[in-house]
Amino acid sequence: MSYLEYNVKHVPTGLRKVLYLNWPILLLVSAVAGVGFLMLYSVAGGSFRPWSEPQMKRYAMGLSVMVFVAMVPIWFWRSVSGFAYLVSLILLVTVEVMGSVGMGAQRWIDLGFMRLQPSELMKITLVMCLAAYYDWLPTHKTSRPLWVALPVILILLPTFLVLKQPDLGTSILLMTGGAIVMFLAGVHWGYFAAVIGLGVGLVTAVFQSRHTEWQLLNNYQYRRIDTFLDPSSDPLGAGYHITQSKIALGSGGWTGRGFMQGTQSRLNFLPEKHTDFIFTTLAEEFGYIGAVSLLSIYGLIILFCIAAALANKDRFSSLLTLGIASAFFLFFAVNMSMVMGLAPVVGVPLPLVSYGGSAMLVLMVGFGLIQSAHVHRPR
Amino acid sequence: MRKTPTEITEVHSRMSRRTLFLGGSMLAFMTGLGFRMRHLQLDQADQYRLLAEENRINIRLIPPARGEIFDRNGIVLARNEPSYRITLVPEDAGDVDKVIEKLATLVELDPNELDRAVTEMRRSPPFLPVTIADRVSWDELSRVAVNTPALPGITPEVGLSRYYPLRGDLAHVLGYVGPVSDYDLSKIDNPDQLLRIPRFQIGKVGLEGRMEDDLRGVAGTKRVEVNAVGRVMRELDRREGQQGDDVQLTIDQQLQSYAQARLGDESAAAVVMDCVTGDLLAVASAPSFDPNLFVQGISVTDYGTLTSDNHRPLAAKSVQGAYPPGSTFKMITALAALEAGIVGYGGTVYCPGHMKVSNRRFHCWKRGGHGHMDLAGALRESCDVYFYDLAIQVGIDKISEVATKLGLGQRYDLPLSGVARGLNPNRAWKADVRGADWVVGDTANASIGQGFVLASPLQLAVMTARLASGKALDPRIVKSVNGVEETLPVVPNLELNAAHLAEVQRGMFQVSNHRRGTAYSQRIIDDEFRMAGKTGTSQVRNITAAERARGVTRNEDLPWERRDHGLFVNYAPYDNPRIAVAVVVEHGGGSKSATPIGRDITLQALYGGTPPLSAYPAKDREKIKKQQEEMQKLVPGREITRRNRA
Repeated sequence: MSYLEYNVKHVPTGLRKVLYLNWPILLLVSAVAGVGFLMLYSVAGGSFRPWSEPQMKRYAMGLSVMVFVAMVPIWFWRSVSGFAYLVSLILLVTVEVMGSVGMGAQRWIDLGFMRLQPSELMKITLVMCLAAYYDWLPTHKTSRPLWVALPVILILLPTFLVLKQPDLGTSILLMTGGAIVMFLAGVHWGYFAAVIGLGVGLVTAVFQSRHTEWQLLNNYQYRRIDTFLDPSSDPLGAGYHITQSKIALGSGGWTGRGFMQGTQSRLNFLPEKHTDFIFTTLAEEFGYIGAVSLLSIYGLIILFCIAAALANKDRFSSLLTLGIASAFFLFFAVNMSMVMGLAPVVGVPLPLVSYGGSAMLVLMVGFGLIQSAHVHRPR
Repeated sequence: MRKTPTEITEVHSRMSRRTLFLGGSMLAFMTGLGFRMRHLQLDQADQYRLLAEENRINIRLIPPARGEIFDRNGIVLARNEPSYRITLVPEDAGDVDKVIEKLATLVELDPNELDRAVTEMRRSPPFLPVTIADRVSWDELSRVAVNTPALPGITPEVGLSRYYPLRGDLAHVLGYVGPVSDYDLSKIDNPDQLLRIPRFQIGKVGLEGRMEDDLRGVAGTKRVEVNAVGRVMRELDRREGQQGDDVQLTIDQQLQSYAQARLGDESAAAVVMDCVTGDLLAVASAPSFDPNLFVQGISVTDYGTLTSDNHRPLAAKSVQGAYPPGSTFKMITALAALEAGIVGYGGTVYCPGHMKVSNRRFHCWKRGGHGHMDLAGALRESCDVYFYDLAIQVGIDKISEVATKLGLGQRYDLPLSGVARGLNPNRAWKADVRGADWVVGDTANASIGQGFVLASPLQLAVMTARLASGKALDPRIVKSVNGVEETLPVVPNLELNAAHLAEVQRGMFQVSNHRRGTAYSQRIIDDEFRMAGKTGTSQVRNITAAERARGVTRNEDLPWERRDHGLFVNYAPYDNPRIAVAVVVEHGGGSKSATPIGRDITLQALYGGTPPLSAYPAKDREKIKKQQEEMQKLVPGREITRRNRA
């Protein structure tokens, strides 16, 4: 069912839209951001500077952006999906070219007030583009090879650009996020089975290619995999991060060591404690109870998104909602697996909690789209 | 394109199914994460908590203060002095070169030390202090302390370092401490963590070395919190260590300093022993050295000077040196003969000046001979022929037995370095060690303390004390450890006939109190303190027949290292023995080099200070007066060195 087919008159207008926002999601997202402020305050040794205060400002800005995006009708966003994807792709190519021209391994574009990472933007625009594509595509064609090949290309293009940066974490997120949208759109099971089979083959190939001329990954990425498989083999070198992270997590116990009492983070044993490893600080200072609470809030956000998607009769809206929710899930799932020693350290931040501008802004845009889909749903 | 309602429903329900499948997978994954967290945070919490503490907490040692050493009257012989050094923390200093430049205007900086410091700074993290100047004076330190605001990163620090206020006076007994070396560590199986502290001072030789375990003490610890790069954030708690045990010696500092001064520049040794308790009151060895030179590590030049001196200042001759005892051995030969019943008190031997023993001529020191000699007379005049005769009748094994009873040929259990065993020869020894049969000529040589016999000044003092007291006294040098008095053992009597002993003592009395005694000119006039003794001259070379024919060369004409050793042993007062003294003067040219020293030390000990001139023979008093004035300048006054013990 397309937006042209439902009664637009029933959609709230003007400022009344604010009342129709998906308030549970908004509140839960704010709660997560609040946890972020608290933890950033703690890792700075009990100071709003240098992380907590800028993060609050960004969140305030992100919140405005979210509301703004939510006010704009979802059919507008549908119509610009393809364009947005194209812009993101061009930006990705631009940073790639700039990087090779001689500005170093730069992954961002300076907008003056913030640094925009095209790869972050791509996470949302790829989902938008795929949702629009499947909304447009007649359903009986969904599983035809030609119509499957097109979204696969849409996914793989940015994935490879990001992988070249090199940013393994984001490329995995892009690929998986895209695949989830295809799966939800109803692409035949067989394709996924084939891809998974192929993936296993590829992983084998990656390992087999090591130390050969056609080595597929960088040495540092291989080492990270080695360290992941056996962190204790190099506790002071490559395995240091993950070992210290597990010590911090484990020493939390039931209730943690108390706010700002985490020795691992306070004494700098934790790496990247304000970005990728901020979850460890939370787990160290607030223990199992704190960590599970945060996990539960994330889970509730996912649940409310799924509920919203299921309640929404518009195909684009549901796909977009689920796609963004999945991207959000992948973010925290990969990050938590990473700090718990279940996944290689690939550099994925904890969404809404880790310090960082563009990741937060992009996520808020994503939640804005979810809100817009919710506000403008067919009634 | 319009979709049919059934198509829409079909698509929608498929999407719902897949959504639910996806949602279910996500929840399952999150549950998995929850369980992983449970595993890490609850099941393994204790283990990870421990690891976190290990990360965070660093244990630092607090070196204990070393035990101090006192003399029998509580005078400090070795103490800990504050030692001042200046350290710099490069991180706090900012511009290191500029700070050092400023510092150089206040303190004299050793360029070598500075080079070392700069190298160290490059290697260590910038927040660790580096020593810029060691052993600075109090004045320099205060100058730096006043100017610290202008010297960022500079800290004046106080540590403890060993100091020996008497300098050379007791160097051979105390030994010295020095910075611990890799060699020291290699000798110890399971070294104390303290020894890992760079430049930690441990006892190297002497009492400092042998009583290291008592003196060192137990390290305290402080637990500090450190961050990932090792910077100390704060101190968590500290456990004070235990300072080393104080050791009190039996040495009398005044007497020791006097003995050391009296030996002067001679290569000589003197031991004073208490005849009642066995306490060693003075153990002197000359020339001496300043042990303070070794405390921070001695320089190559200083060490070279000490080792190249032919008077061997580093050797503790009083306990390490083994000398032929010469005529001081004759009491043993006499006792052996008396015990064996070979001579009576009145029996005499005729001395023609020499004696033929298995076709070899053994000479008496007096070329013309002594004529008829009884035992007391032979001791008094030190007649060699008399003792040749006795010894040949008695045999070496009986002599050796008596020598053992009097303490020769054994190593005393004293906490000093290289205590000499000496040599108390007999048939078995020669067969074992030399692989040769004992011949009668060996006995003749041994009877006058030549040949194989060797004894240290300490052993001679013990021998004399045993002769004087008739008891098997053992020497001791430690009076108390940590205030706990060492108990004096009940001293058994010597297994010798008291009448025989009295006869030998009579001979020894005549040595310094009979007109014809060899030490008569060095007698003590004071009736209360008359002494009994025995002189000795031990040859360090063989006198050839040709030399003898020419007339024996006078010692003064020989090069120093070929002159005879001079020996003197004595005890006093002769009727109620309180102290025994042994003096050896290496290459002194004969007993006359040792006798005055022995007499002077005896008087000093008996009077507990400078003796009145009336104790000396009238003709020597002028000379003695001058000598006493000189000595008083050399011996540090009591009031300077005494310190009240808490």
